[in-house]
Amino acid sequence: MELTWQAIAFFIFSALTLGGGFAVVTQRNIFHAALFLMLSLFGTAGLFVLLIAPFLAAVQVLVYIGAIAILVLFAIMLTRRLMGLTISLNQQWPAAALAMLVLFGVLLLVLTPVGDDILGQNWSANLPTDGDTAPEVTYITVREIGVAFSTQNGFVLPFEIVSLLLTSALIGAIVVAREDEAI
Amino acid sequence: MVGIFEDLGFEAGLAAVLGNLVGVVVLATVFLLLPIFTIWVERKVAARFQNRIGPNRVGPYGILQSFPDVVKLLGKELILPRNVDKIPYLLSPIIMVAAVVLIVAVIPLAPTIIGTDLSIGALYFVSVGSLTTIAIVMAGWGSNNKYALLGAFRTVAQLISYEIPLVFSLLIPILLVGSLSMQTIVEFQDTYWIIFYVPTAAVIFLVSNIAEIGRAPFDLIEAESELIAGYMIEYSGMAFAMFYLAEFLHAFLVAVIFSVLFLGGWQGPLAQDVPVLGIAYLTIKSFIVYFAMLWVRMTLPRFRIDHLMAFNWKFLVPVSIVHVLVTAGIWSALPEPDLSGGWFARLGEEFPRMALNLVASVVIAVVSLRLLRQYAEQERQRLSEVTAMVEHKQYPLATTGQGAQSNVIVVGTGSGD
Repeated sequence: MELTWQAIAFFIFSALTLGGGFAVVTQRNIFHAALFLMLSLFGTAGLFVLLIAPFLAAVQVLVYIGAIAILVLFAIMLTRRLMGLTISLNQQWPAAALAMLVLFGVLLLVLTPVGDDILGQNWSANLPTDGDTAPEVTYITVREIGVAFSTQNGFVLPFEIVSLLLTSALIGAIVVAREDEAI
Repeated sequence: MVGIFEDLGFEAGLAAVLGNLVGVVVLATVFLLLPIFTIWVERKVAARFQNRIGPNRVGPYGILQSFPDVVKLLGKELILPRNVDKIPYLLSPIIMVAAVVLIVAVIPLAPTIIGTDLSIGALYFVSVGSLTTIAIVMAGWGSNNKYALLGAFRTVAQLISYEIPLVFSLLIPILLVGSLSMQTIVEFQDTYWIIFYVPTAAVIFLVSNIAEIGRAPFDLIEAESELIAGYMIEYSGMAFAMFYLAEFLHAFLVAVIFSVLFLGGWQGPLAQDVPVLGIAYLTIKSFIVYFAMLWVRMTLPRFRIDHLMAFNWKFLVPVSIVHVLVTAGIWSALPEPDLSGGWFARLGEEFPRMALNLVASVVIAVVSLRLLRQYAEQERQRLSEVTAMVEHKQYPLATTGQGAQSNVIVVGTGSGD
């Protein structure tokens, strides 16, 4: 296989994602774990760029790194006693490892050509095998995403339902956080 | 640039990588050297606002003052206090500068000169800008210092809150243009600048950006008088200089982005044909905006943290949401004008759309400011009543001085009225 620059970038971003993810679960310092989570999310954003999905990449950085991971850090900083903690909190890692292996197996079977012989079909994006030429890459613009979210034949119903869910979650959070006397 | 490397005999892929690399280094270096000048501008302007002379020893008008400062900072030791979290502590200034320099990539300097015309340029600006928060949190936590940590707390609250009006007000020019690409946004402003369509959005964008870079009156992150220097209290030498550099560069880049989004970027007479003129126009516009930011910085006192939050959540966010809805409504109701004629013809064709949006935007500003004023009057009324009650000793505030006569001790106030 020819080593293209995209391939090198892919390996770097994969290493960031996987290495960051591994460090999240192995780090004993919870603050460092959160920082590695950011690294992992950043690698994912890089993978989105390689998949020609710049909108997803920017949103990944803005929402996941810029907001969610920062809030995780914020919560950690507020629970100061957790910071010096160097022992693991519980003994559930074998179960977690088992769950991870099962998930990995399912993904391998369903999303890659490995599962062809067993399932007879797969949901992979028609990965090119040695004989084929690479499939045509379709570039989806932000405009198309927007149109899909706001047209009847697109995803307007799921989009609105999710918006409603998020709004109710927001109101719920305010109600929970509110002082009793104000209600 | 890529062509030169291909001529030198490099393989096509390698030539592309090397050519882009050189372009990146040149562009980033130019912008990284800018603060040497803008720091002088800032010190001089600040001095004039405070009725001082400012730097005037090194070079004419003290213009070379920053060079000895840089040399001095380079010579200082980077002190590593005991018990700091080394990796976050040392990584933080680097991430800070990198996040700011990344913004440069999407700034259209001239019709043909742009780092990369991403189809999501405007969104890229916001998402890269949010990375500075991480650097500040890492510095605040890694320093192992309570003031630094307090600074980091405030940062998270402030930056995440002000991101919301920032994104909403950014959405408005995007709505008008119908594209997130910075170059398309500039090309749209060929007739009228976007600030003429939506001045209110422009003001909200500038205000929330000043908050996002944490400058006065939003400089609670640093707040010399309370937190000494907030998250960068423990830093010295070049690490401190990098935070400083990042802050100044970010402030200037915000002015540049504002000029690109609202003041027409490189647009100006003859800019289409002579790229250098485009760069000159953008520079002039950016420095005017930068001066306005300095003006605000030197004039207004610092906010209190609860005022800062209330101003964002109860004023900027609702106003920007209403503005987005109104602009979207008007824009989709109006027919697309015929923009095929000459420049003057297009000026006429575009005018009705512009005028209607301008009116709507001004109405939004006036109504929201009136509401704000009404609220302020109510608040003033309430406060004067409370003060009067306290003066006549009717208000159960405290019992200091006459504790023997009264045994009513109510600490919480304000719930009674």
